Amino acid sequence: MLTFAVRRLVLAVPTLLFISFVIFMLLQLAPGDPMAQVPLTVPPEVKEKMRQALGVGEPPLVQYWKWLVQVFWIEPKVFIDYMTNSSTLLGWLPDTQLYQDELRVISWQTRSPVMDIVIQRIPQTLWVVGMAYVVGILIALPIGIYSAYRQYSVFDQAGTFITMIGFSIPPFFTGPLLIVIFSVQLGWFPSIYDTTHVVNDWESLKFQLQQMILPVMVLALQTTAQISRYMRASMLDNLNQDYVRTARAKGLSEAVVVTVHVLRNSMIPVITVIALNVPSIFGGAIITENVFKVNGIGQLLITALFANDLPMVMTLTFIFAVLIVLFNLIADILYGLLDPRIRYD
Amino acid sequence: MTEPVQATPTPIEALADKGPLEPPRSQWKDVWDQFRKHKGAMFGGGFLLFITLAVLLGPYLWQVDAQKLDIRNKDLRPIWTALWDSGAKVALSRPFGTDQLGRDQLAQIIQGGRTSMAVGWAAMVLSLIIGTAVGVMAGFVKKADGLLMRLTDLFLSLPILPLLLVAVTLFRQPLREAFGPEGGMFVLIVGIIAITSWMPTARIVRGDILALKEREFILAARSIGATPFRIVQRHLLPNVLSPIMVSATLGLATAIITESALSFLGVGFPSDFPTWGKMLADAVQRMQQFPERVYLPGIAISLTVLSVNYLGDGLRDALDPRIRGR
Repeated sequence: MLTFAVRRLVLAVPTLLFISFVIFMLLQLAPGDPMAQVPLTVPPEVKEKMRQALGVGEPPLVQYWKWLVQVFWIEPKVFIDYMTNSSTLLGWLPDTQLYQDELRVISWQTRSPVMDIVIQRIPQTLWVVGMAYVVGILIALPIGIYSAYRQYSVFDQAGTFITMIGFSIPPFFTGPLLIVIFSVQLGWFPSIYDTTHVVNDWESLKFQLQQMILPVMVLALQTTAQISRYMRASMLDNLNQDYVRTARAKGLSEAVVVTVHVLRNSMIPVITVIALNVPSIFGGAIITENVFKVNGIGQLLITALFANDLPMVMTLTFIFAVLIVLFNLIADILYGLLDPRIRYD
Repeated sequence: MTEPVQATPTPIEALADKGPLEPPRSQWKDVWDQFRKHKGAMFGGGFLLFITLAVLLGPYLWQVDAQKLDIRNKDLRPIWTALWDSGAKVALSRPFGTDQLGRDQLAQIIQGGRTSMAVGWAAMVLSLIIGTAVGVMAGFVKKADGLLMRLTDLFLSLPILPLLLVAVTLFRQPLREAFGPEGGMFVLIVGIIAITSWMPTARIVRGDILALKEREFILAARSIGATPFRIVQRHLLPNVLSPIMVSATLGLATAIITESALSFLGVGFPSDFPTWGKMLADAVQRMQQFPERVYLPGIAISLTVLSVNYLGDGLRDALDPRIRGR
């Protein structure tokens, strides 16, 4: 198992390098010019110097190499410095001071390091997306279990219908729909997510929860629809197995048969699906963040794209790719750990 | 004392052969019978047929130009608002109302549906062709298998939506110059959706081909001298048709949603060219005054995708011989 994990981890490196190379070369074809906003009165030789300063004067392969060095060597150094210097977790360690003012990945929009902006934006995304995912799973599991246990009952029919609807309605429709109903007509929740809001007492916590409800509902609907379908199918596969009949024949109660025997076996594929879907939730959050004006990393990617901020787009897309590869790996390992029948050698 | 045994025993009534009760049935008749039992699938298939016909024939039945500006009749509400709001601005000639420039909403929905459905069908067909080709190659040609499956894994770990956004913003200009504003966007969106969504089909087809090509009928075909191309075309492809059809429905649904999502984010078709996603995105600004402009295209997208998903569910059940006939 360990050798499998290590081998997959080693294999992930060339995959990620290749993906980053593809994204980089795609961005090289971009027609936009970062010098487009510079006035025409600026002489060409000055423009050339500015181009050099932005790092776009070099050949593409050199630029790619420099980007790799910045992301994989300089940024970790900055991160370690931050951890040992100012974080509460590891602040007791001696200050490392690895970072010696080398050039980091700089955003063309704000002229500040890309990673700093990403770190600023990640909490909002994690709050909304993570909460939505947890809520969605918590709703989906009981629905899936019960509709499989009572297959073809009214609950099952209704549940399958609702999950099918949740599967089919895109988030850019449910978002505006919920805004019209809950924030315009009823006035219960704000339609815009206020990220400057600080939680320091019960009143502000209530407001924070209120503004999170709508985006969480939109994202959770998608998650619930997917996960409960998997849960139902997986439960149905197991409910007719011989070992379930044996368990009943031993005189175990229905609750024990369903929750201990069937559920534990049915959770194996569902858990891997849950792990596999984490990155796609980040991808789907691009639209939801746009609808509810949450300034998370999805919204950051959109604004960076429209502003032709290539280093930002490059780094963000790469982060999404890392997430996908990482969670694929986690899903594979979980599958091997949970199911003793799976052997990876 | 044994009784003499009759030379020809009288047949027992219940065991007598009466010959086949019904004429033999073809596979597709079985599939259709199973499919008909799935109510959701029948509804889905019917609605998909209806919406396809509506967007195909609609412009001939409802002959109002979707692009015509009629500024005097702008911001009309749909007729049914008159039921509860007698003061609403409605007109019989504009049953779905008009937008802020006086363009007829019904004509726009039909026109937008044409684009959305065309993009969906084209992207689905293209991704099926790529996926089937890669799957058959990987399953049938042993040397290509490793390479093609690594490629599929690579594509599966690409972040799709961010890459779609990047590609659409990057290649918009050159393709527009080559094919015109609408044609360029069409080629771009269809191509990009197809390139990023063929992987599941390829995997399923490869798995099925790997299992099928070891079976005896393939050996028999090879022994009578069938060429590899003929084996693929005549013996393998018809046998992997059912998983391909199921992934086709899934592909159609995702293609329609992806196109609408791109239009919604403002990187889709040009602004004067209606698609369902574009209409929805444009209407969000004023959805408090005119909620129907959000509802109508949104419901159109959702119902189409819902019906396609139900169709896929029914097809999966109908095409699976283990479930069929139960």
